[in-house]
Amino acid sequence: MAVKVFEDWLNACSGCEISILNIGDALLDILPQLEFVHITPLIDHKLFGQTGEGTPPAMDIPEAVVGIITGGIRNDEYKHELEEVRKKVKFLIALGSCACYGGIPAMANMWKIDEVFEKVYRGCVTTEPSPTPEDPNIPKWTPLCQALDEIVKVDISIPGCPPHPDWIADAITALLEGKTEWKLPERSVCDTCPTPREKKSLTGTVKRPLENLTFNPDEPLDKMRCINEQGFLCLGPVTLAGCAGKTGVPRCIQARTACRGCFGPIRKGAVPMVDMMGAMTSIGLDAKTLVDRRAMMNRYIGAHGMLKPIPAK
Amino acid sequence: MGKTLTIQPVTRIEGHARVVIQLDDAGNVADTKFHVHTSRGFEKFCEGRPAEEMPRIVCHICGICPWAHSSASVKATDAVFGVTPPPAAVKLRRLMQAIAYVSDKILNFYFLAAPDFVIGPDADYSVRNVVGIVKAAPDIAKQVVHMRYLGAQMLESVAGRAIHPTFNVPGGVSKPLTEAERQELLKGARELLEFAKFTMKFAKENVFPKYMDAIKTLGVIKVGYMGTVAPDGSLDFYDGKIRLMRPDGSYDDFAYDEYTDHIAEKVMPWSYQKFPYAKKWGGFSMDLDNPVGIYRSNTLARINVADKMKTPLAQAELVEFRNNFGRPAHYTLLYHYARLIEMLQNAEEAIQLLEDPEITSRDIRVKCEPRAARGVGCVEAPRGTLIHDYETDKDGMIKNVNLIVGTTHNTAAISMSIRQAASMLIKGGKYDQGILNMVEMAIRPYDP
Repeated sequence: MAVKVFEDWLNACSGCEISILNIGDALLDILPQLEFVHITPLIDHKLFGQTGEGTPPAMDIPEAVVGIITGGIRNDEYKHELEEVRKKVKFLIALGSCACYGGIPAMANMWKIDEVFEKVYRGCVTTEPSPTPEDPNIPKWTPLCQALDEIVKVDISIPGCPPHPDWIADAITALLEGKTEWKLPERSVCDTCPTPREKKSLTGTVKRPLENLTFNPDEPLDKMRCINEQGFLCLGPVTLAGCAGKTGVPRCIQARTACRGCFGPIRKGAVPMVDMMGAMTSIGLDAKTLVDRRAMMNRYIGAHGMLKPIPAK
Repeated sequence: MGKTLTIQPVTRIEGHARVVIQLDDAGNVADTKFHVHTSRGFEKFCEGRPAEEMPRIVCHICGICPWAHSSASVKATDAVFGVTPPPAAVKLRRLMQAIAYVSDKILNFYFLAAPDFVIGPDADYSVRNVVGIVKAAPDIAKQVVHMRYLGAQMLESVAGRAIHPTFNVPGGVSKPLTEAERQELLKGARELLEFAKFTMKFAKENVFPKYMDAIKTLGVIKVGYMGTVAPDGSLDFYDGKIRLMRPDGSYDDFAYDEYTDHIAEKVMPWSYQKFPYAKKWGGFSMDLDNPVGIYRSNTLARINVADKMKTPLAQAELVEFRNNFGRPAHYTLLYHYARLIEMLQNAEEAIQLLEDPEITSRDIRVKCEPRAARGVGCVEAPRGTLIHDYETDKDGMIKNVNLIVGTTHNTAAISMSIRQAASMLIKGGKYDQGILNMVEMAIRPYDP
């Protein structure tokens, strides 16, 4: 029998859902095993009744075995929906780095809400300066962009921006088999990266990626020197592995570009910025020469208080 | 006042929206509103970031069209650093964008739009979806899934990531294309072209003729159009000048950095999404009978503003389209038709680019130096013209950002199409889920 699934995107970009659709030929085998009771991009299930007669905020959220939520919490309606979904599902999966850590939109946590809206509605060159939108039919921003586990209990976290379909299929299969826990193996991106390391930086100071890495395009990655050792910031040492699925080489490295940490910390409670500064020091790379250090090292993980407004000097 | 109908979420689109239809005492439509529920504040949180990081950050605006945002952003950063990328780099950027587009158009047509046309607009929602398509046409569904996978694989084979790419970098791209990769991509691109041809034929035989009445009535509004054209007037997704066409077909062309002379944005209290309008057309009004300042972007807009398509098969289709619907064509559901013409151009263009020997050149990036400057980069994303406008300080750190993205151009037009469809379909208090879905069918054409 098909397993009932409730899926919705909150403060998100839809990349997680596209990642699911990119599973490939296996998608047609998986689809019949899942019965989506709600998934905005694919099924016309409505939260306020199929003929629109419901009264917001009371949402019609069907019961399901698995709830999959992508995106973080940025307004009071997302928060309400998440709390309601939690009551209606047996297992809640936080899918993607926005749901797990706030993601890119949590960079907004470096400012107060008023400062963000001041820019968006009164500080953009083509925008006619106007009051911030406010209406019963649009939700209010919450003070912070939060991860799901700051609001409700999350059973399974599948990070990534986007997460790899291997892990989505793996986690759902585990639930179908009756397991109640699932998590990605605790390995770093470096553990899965083929570039050779000599534990010594070639530069001492951090170079900005204003030029390409040094490599021979005819040679595989195991002939290209470690990116940090070339002097460019790569968050591989402090980032959870898995972006290329169970076996692949880290995706950004495949493109001959550095990791920016989209899978988040290797283990719960780690502070990547501190750990990364240690990793840099250990190869003789001066972390103080990195521009925009705080935002660079917390790009995808600004929830959980990792990014906050800077106190006025 | 009569009943209030709240449609949320608007489904089979990308994004978060609520439509509210207010009926009067007689059960006719008194008012409609299109409420966009989210704003993430990219314009603010990009402040302070190193300019070279921007393509990697702002691609996250959209998970369906990250390649378009990456392209627009990298062009804005090229301009900020004052560099011209080598020809092979531009070709590679164009190539990746073209492949991504074919994938987007397959997604939109088959997963998002087709259930309305293949299963039927008033079928029960439990079957009016991609699962219904899989049951109704399993062979086509299999091919669709395979083609989506192929597109993603092609992008990943070069760029590692199909979603949120890092391959576009200021001054060029991060790695060259090898001859072996070129051969492999060429095979894939030819498959995509065959599928684009199949899709066009399928739609012209099985979809469009059946729905001609709906096409002529649903969501129809008469407004202007925006798109990008090459110097020869052909439709170009990656580079050119922006053409802003009035409802009567007359137009102005302008360079990217002149966009502020032509576009302004209103903010309405009921939506986080802004309402851009053409500044020189005498004001702003969403009145259905007499709209002022409103233009549309996305597929239909582009094929309206272009003098011609860039590639032969797409051009033949445009000629046939124009014979039937004129220029500019105003029927909203024709966005779906225009989407398939664009899919052909992108597939053909991918092949042309891959047959160009220069594409494997090793000269793919020029070095950038931080400086204080302003740069505007634009491309055509699936949903419309992207405008990325960045200003840096002397260290090349971002100090000011303005973004106008594809869907935003269409905020006013979508609002009008909703009003038109709802007023036409809901009379005397009679409505059902099929009718409300038809109102949403007036929104779906504007999706990627």
